[in-house]
Amino acid sequence: MARNEQDITQNIDWLTVLIYAACVTMGLFNVYAAIYDPEEQTKLFDLSNSAGRQLMFIGSAVFIIIAILVIDHKFWEAFARIIYGFSIFLLLAVLVFGSEIKGSHSWIKLGSFSLQPAEFSKIGTALMVSKFITQPNVNLNKFKDKLWVAGILILPMLLILVSKETGCALVFASFMIVLYREGIEGIYPAMLLIAIVLFILSLFFPILYICLGLAALAAIVYRFIIPRYDRSKKTLINLSLVFGMMMLFVSSVDFFTKHVLQPHQRKRIDVLINPKADPTGKGWNVIQSKIAIGSGRLWGKGFLDGTQTKFNFVPEQHSDFIFCTIGEEHGFVGSAAVVLLILGLMCRIIFLAERQRTRFARAYGYCVAGILFFHFLVNIGMTIGLMVVIGIPLPFFSYGGSSMWAFTILLFIFLKLDAQRPYTLSRT
Amino acid sequence: MSENRKFFVYGLFVVVGIIYLIRLLFLQVLDNTYETASNSIKAIPDVPMRGQIYDRKGNLIVFNTLVYDLYVTPNKFKVKDTLSLCNLLKITKNDFDSLMRVAKIYSRAKPSLFMRQLSKEDFARIQDAMVDYPGFEYLKSSIRTYSAPTFAHALGYVSEISKKQLDNQDNLYYHQGDLVGQSGLEKYYEEQLRGRRGVRYVMQDVHGVAKGPWKDGELDTIASAGQNLYSSIDLKLQQYSDSLMAGKAGAVVAIEPSSGEILAMTSAPTYDPALFATREFSKNYSKLYRDPYKPLNNRALSGSYRPGSTFKTVQALVAMQEGAISPGSIFSHAGAPMKCHGHGGLTGVSSAIQWSCNPYFYHVFRRMLYANSEKNTFKASAIGLTKWHDYTEKFGFGHKLGIDLPSESSGKLPDVKYYDKIYGEKRWKFSNIYSLSIGEGELLINPLKLANLAAIIANRGWYIAPHLVKGVGKNNNPLAQYTEKHETGVEPHYFETVVNGMEMAVIRGTVSRGAIIPDVQMCGKTGTSQNKKGKDHSIFIAFAPKYNPKIAIAVLVENAGFGGFYAAPVASLIIEKYIKGHVDRKAYEHEWKNKNLMQNVIILKPQTPKPKEEKPTPPKSKPEATIVKQTTAAEKKING
Repeated sequence: MARNEQDITQNIDWLTVLIYAACVTMGLFNVYAAIYDPEEQTKLFDLSNSAGRQLMFIGSAVFIIIAILVIDHKFWEAFARIIYGFSIFLLLAVLVFGSEIKGSHSWIKLGSFSLQPAEFSKIGTALMVSKFITQPNVNLNKFKDKLWVAGILILPMLLILVSKETGCALVFASFMIVLYREGIEGIYPAMLLIAIVLFILSLFFPILYICLGLAALAAIVYRFIIPRYDRSKKTLINLSLVFGMMMLFVSSVDFFTKHVLQPHQRKRIDVLINPKADPTGKGWNVIQSKIAIGSGRLWGKGFLDGTQTKFNFVPEQHSDFIFCTIGEEHGFVGSAAVVLLILGLMCRIIFLAERQRTRFARAYGYCVAGILFFHFLVNIGMTIGLMVVIGIPLPFFSYGGSSMWAFTILLFIFLKLDAQRPYTLSRT
Repeated sequence: MSENRKFFVYGLFVVVGIIYLIRLLFLQVLDNTYETASNSIKAIPDVPMRGQIYDRKGNLIVFNTLVYDLYVTPNKFKVKDTLSLCNLLKITKNDFDSLMRVAKIYSRAKPSLFMRQLSKEDFARIQDAMVDYPGFEYLKSSIRTYSAPTFAHALGYVSEISKKQLDNQDNLYYHQGDLVGQSGLEKYYEEQLRGRRGVRYVMQDVHGVAKGPWKDGELDTIASAGQNLYSSIDLKLQQYSDSLMAGKAGAVVAIEPSSGEILAMTSAPTYDPALFATREFSKNYSKLYRDPYKPLNNRALSGSYRPGSTFKTVQALVAMQEGAISPGSIFSHAGAPMKCHGHGGLTGVSSAIQWSCNPYFYHVFRRMLYANSEKNTFKASAIGLTKWHDYTEKFGFGHKLGIDLPSESSGKLPDVKYYDKIYGEKRWKFSNIYSLSIGEGELLINPLKLANLAAIIANRGWYIAPHLVKGVGKNNNPLAQYTEKHETGVEPHYFETVVNGMEMAVIRGTVSRGAIIPDVQMCGKTGTSQNKKGKDHSIFIAFAPKYNPKIAIAVLVENAGFGGFYAAPVASLIIEKYIKGHVDRKAYEHEWKNKNLMQNVIILKPQTPKPKEEKPTPPKSKPEATIVKQTTAAEKKING
């Protein structure tokens, strides 16, 4: 045991830990900057404000890290089902006992702190998916196993959707990355990509134009791409089916945005297309966020000297819109550094995942990288006006106990698995 | 096979990362749209008070008066009884409604200008009552105020900077809505008068509530107040000169010869400078602009007249210095194509000036042109004229004297080139240009040059460029160019000859009897300036006393007639007033103050009110109003 522990500290990937520490520290200072009130000289060590609480979350995260490193690595694989089950239980519990905060019914109150089970359900799902797809008898190319995976993913998604945390539910799309790596046919991620592209196209262009474009594309594919000997009636039917589906999808997008989405969600999409449509309402966030980041220029206004974020021009500046504070106070240099840091972390995780000797560890690594990527994509994208405003946090930076703990657990389970790699090698 | 798929994943991450970095680069470095739309930091310009202008005795001429601009915020405005409010503000219900409509269009939530330039009295009257009308607020501002309705031409006026001026400025100092000197001293000394604007950066939160200085005021600049100007003008003398020129068109320029300081400068008809400092600027301006007597024209500086016989002094001096004549030269009237006014026997240059004998100066100029070894009269004339030109130029003719006002005319002093152009090279000689000998012909001057000539003679040979400001910032601190002596190159004893003639002209010569000042030795020379359109302009230059002169003066009365009978009395009264401090000849003074010669003044026919290229906008001193505009501009940019 003593030898094991020593090995843990030796074998743990310190680069990742360093990046993690850098992100968390920068996050803390920016949360502090975002809530800093020059008139009150806000203190950092004060539990009555968000920065103080964030510091406490980070402190408690250290204990969580130690606990994870101490727990035997086999625990996570062995108990994956139970942890997943517990996550689902919590998601169900929140529907019954949960309290409503900011329009979403997804919080469990524990004294003065509130927990968001949705954040933690990502961990359980990641473990469960990794566990399931790496079972020797499971083949992702089999329809039955695909159904199983879909079920594993859709169950928590649906529960989260019911508790009105749409952003958090969308995160589960990121599992496509691990499925892709673990051998699902390329057509599925391709379909996801095509769906996203078509969705965005249909927001900006009339449906009729897109359908005409698709028809033209189909004709080109049939005439020029498909070899002459393949141009049978059957391929023609298949081709028309594929493009027919696409057109159906495009047409349904309109219906979806107009009738299925809540009005506030629909507004967010409208604002992405044209922020000026509603400058004081839903467009406000997008415009103010871009102004804050844009006013930082190359070097930024300096720590605690941001004015756009400080005087409440940007809502949710310390949580979902923390990137605005970074952009305003530290300029392009600071925000580029953060982008590169998170990018580096994701690539490092992929690198580590690829060197794993067990499929479980590798798959789990991909789950972690995928989830981080989705948050990175959406959170920074929305602050710079490239994405729909979806309320999900920037990992390790945004204020919030649940997300801080959840991401820490998510990352360090993987680091523990990675640290154990030399010994697992001898085992299998 | 799925091993290679990691590269797609890496690729996906990196592509998104690069897209975001490029987007950030545009947002934060390359494109400043979002920076300028920044709404949390507001720059508040701190516009210093414009410098004041004093006269030479320390009396204020121009100063600033506090006024109040009334602003309204339509959202906060809740009044049931609009009518009583209208009565209070002395406006009609219609005016009120239209003003309010304009304000509402501008912004419902932000204050916009409602009424401009409420005087202190008006403000005091309504201040207490306005408490009952929420939504109104005041901002202090200032307007130019004048202690006397005089000296308008030289003072100039201040108004809001025009679009064109804004675009053409060299070092980008001015902002929209700034006040800038548009003419006169206000324009010439603009940089000194305006001071330097300061800027305070303050932060405001999303509700527009002030949140204190930005970066603790590190980037703020402190405004430095405008410098005062100490004018050389004697306000009393100026007003006296104005009163004498009432009912006449023309100009008076009085200079202290030893310093070049201008004591009084009148251009008649004149107007009240305060007309341009009110809300009624546009109306007043166009009214004056349309006036057939052209009161906006500063005749003392930009008028173009022939000097007439006053120029004989220069002819005599130049010819004597060149050796073409001697102080005792005597010429017969024979051969001269012009008449003489009739006088006793001449004994030399002095008596010729005393009687202003035309044939005499015809011969003087002839001698001057031919006083060289060249036998060919054409060539000799060219050589002579070049010499003559060089001398005359040093008397200030043919170029600007460099007065500290923007609209000085150069006048015209013909040279060889000029005549070559008219007649062809070597195809002209003395007989073509002899009109110059008595100050007619192609010679053009303005009254300022004549006054300067009087000062040169008073100084016996030199002058300091005439100027209106003897102190910038503090008294006796003129600009460097106003301490430099300009020599004419004519020896002082030749001047004595001319001075004696000018003294005799007053005592027993061309000057009217009444113009003799008891106890003051005045030396003067009359001039009668021919002009095609009407009666001659009456001109008189003089200085006094003969020794150690205190004042040199030029008076020009348009279309009045012979110089000695109209301009000379005005000049003599001003000299008496300045030297004695009062005028003993009360009846004479009364007569001249009330003499109206306007009926003779020729109104130039084409009085089509051609609109000026750039119509000055009404004066508006409202920096705060500008800020409001700037912030909205930013907002509008976002709102699309």
